Amino acid sequence: MMLSGWGRSPAIDCRVITPRTPDEVVAAVRATPCLIARGAGRAYGDAALNPDATLSTLRLDRVRSFDAESGLLDAEAGLRLADVIDLVLPHGWFPAVVPGTAEPTIGGMVAADVHGKNHHMDGAFGDHLDEIRLVAADGSVVRCAPGDRPDLFDATLGGMGLTGVVLSARMRLRRVETAFVDVATHRRSDLDGLLSALEGSSPARYSVAWIDTLARGTAFGRGVVFAGDHAPLDALPRSRRSRPLERPWRPRLGVPFDLPAAGLHRRVMAAFNAIYHAVPRPARRIVDVDRFFFPLDAVRGWNRLYGPKGFRQFQCVLPADDGGRGLTRILDLVSTSGTGFFLAVLKSLGAGRRPLSFPIAGHTLALDMPAGAATDTTYRRLCDITVEHGGRIYLAKDALADPVHVGAGYPGAAGFRAARRSDGSAGRFESAQSRRLQL
Amino acid sequence: MRRRFVLVLGGTSDIGRAVAHAFAARGWGVQLAGRDLGLVKREADDVAARHRVPVSALRFDVLDFDGAAGFALSVDPLPDVVVSVVGLMGADDPADVAAVRAVVDTNFTGPAIVLAAFAERFRARGSGTLVGVSSVAGDRGRAKTMTYGAAKAGFTAFLSALRQRLQGTGVAVLTVKPGFVRTRMTEGMDLPALLVAQPRTIADAILRAVERGRPVTVTPAIWRPLMAVVRAIPEPLFRRMRF
Repeated sequence: MMLSGWGRSPAIDCRVITPRTPDEVVAAVRATPCLIARGAGRAYGDAALNPDATLSTLRLDRVRSFDAESGLLDAEAGLRLADVIDLVLPHGWFPAVVPGTAEPTIGGMVAADVHGKNHHMDGAFGDHLDEIRLVAADGSVVRCAPGDRPDLFDATLGGMGLTGVVLSARMRLRRVETAFVDVATHRRSDLDGLLSALEGSSPARYSVAWIDTLARGTAFGRGVVFAGDHAPLDALPRSRRSRPLERPWRPRLGVPFDLPAAGLHRRVMAAFNAIYHAVPRPARRIVDVDRFFFPLDAVRGWNRLYGPKGFRQFQCVLPADDGGRGLTRILDLVSTSGTGFFLAVLKSLGAGRRPLSFPIAGHTLALDMPAGAATDTTYRRLCDITVEHGGRIYLAKDALADPVHVGAGYPGAAGFRAARRSDGSAGRFESAQSRRLQL
Repeated sequence: MRRRFVLVLGGTSDIGRAVAHAFAARGWGVQLAGRDLGLVKREADDVAARHRVPVSALRFDVLDFDGAAGFALSVDPLPDVVVSVVGLMGADDPADVAAVRAVVDTNFTGPAIVLAAFAERFRARGSGTLVGVSSVAGDRGRAKTMTYGAAKAGFTAFLSALRQRLQGTGVAVLTVKPGFVRTRMTEGMDLPALLVAQPRTIADAILRAVERGRPVTVTPAIWRPLMAVVRAIPEPLFRRMRF
């Protein structure tokens, strides 16, 4: 079966195995010399592709237990974040860390150690897990936790499925009073202003900035910062207070066909300009969680908007002590080469410590670009600049980096590689990405 | 209002799970029955955790014909609805005696016996719904579905007969005939993608059939005209066809 990442490129013909129970996963691992697990396929590149065997976890989607009093959820790896939220939010809970889409599975979020708009305050997905269970290379079911086999726990978070097939995870949820977020919006007319607004928004739990990558001259790096907190009950309009955890119904449009990116580009540019000029001073609004956290999920299949050749997403993090120099060079290259999509996302990240987990203290920039020879060259150049400034590339988004980028960007990579060789994971759990990056 | 209960025979199968979740989402209590109690319990925990309804896990083997009456007597509370989702595609070779027996026993004899056992308790109570999940494959025997189709044909006829027998007793018998469904049973089979339904679709159709008391449901609906055509093909032509 032809499989690809969310960027639709590369696409590889893979043999797919679909176990339905943990026992079937164990049997599959024992019987298969080389495989990789795959959840919702939301990694952008080739992290969940293995032509020899790709093990789909989507039927391993059971809730094992949910304690609605203490906010502890134990669930199988194939359960999607959207289903987790549907289950827990009516009881007044919300996942402590969510990425920009609710489509990934729990296993996928473990593999990427996803971060959200609150990393500077709350860390990554793995920081809220009590336990991960996985099937190791020898077919045994292994339990790891911060206090029990912490090395395996830390290697699995961000380990892109290369330490074993995740079976389940137990997570601690956050108490919320409502299904809404109280959002303040600030516009800034240049990069310095934008960066300081992002820093200045830090009393708020969640913050994210959108940058206009085409702006040049004095407007270089202009953008809008959104800062939000879970809305308490009394922040809701009176009409909503009787059902504070109910989410407004959201129509989901589908994109059933491929679309050339040009149409999208101009439309989004116009929409951004409208937002930018309509926000003369900090504006505050109450927004439902779906719209605040997962805006793109409203357009199902939005990855088709780039056409059949697909697209790349470049995401890097540059260390705080780089002082914005690398960021400036990257934005400069993007705006002059004209390859990138008009909007880029910028967030603050706090420190991290796991060997292959992406976040380090600094700023992360994410940007789409259509796949193609010219853009691929630009992409690699962006990876070079990132590494030159002490940063790293996000493996969950990557499809084009090379081993040098990983070696330089992730000091823990050598130790990760050595551990895989010694416990038998190397050779057994491999993906197109792990081969390309020599992990 | 008293909570209603549904018993799913074959509760660990893809359609069985989907039926459990569909009913539980509407507040029904669920009783899941299957051969491997550990697997059944895992599904039961999932349904209970998600929908916060009473869920029990029961051991049941559809091939244990002699045990069917005892099983029906042991289920407590007596459910309002019993759904038999048990099925086996099995090997294709009619000369393989063991395989033929397995397919016929699992798709026809076993479900018929256990549904008849529940029919007795329901008739004594004066209420209840028995749902047999058959298949459009039973509408006409063809080489590609061989013994499976034949067994399902028998099961469909049995359900029709039971429906007639129980008329007027307060007990309803519903036949549900799915087309191709994306499940473990059909994994690896080369099926036309546009015609394959998700287990969820079948489950929702079963729920609707129960709520409306519709005696025969074909799901998805496209299979009604498709099978009408298949049934209408004259035999001299049909025997030459290879689908």
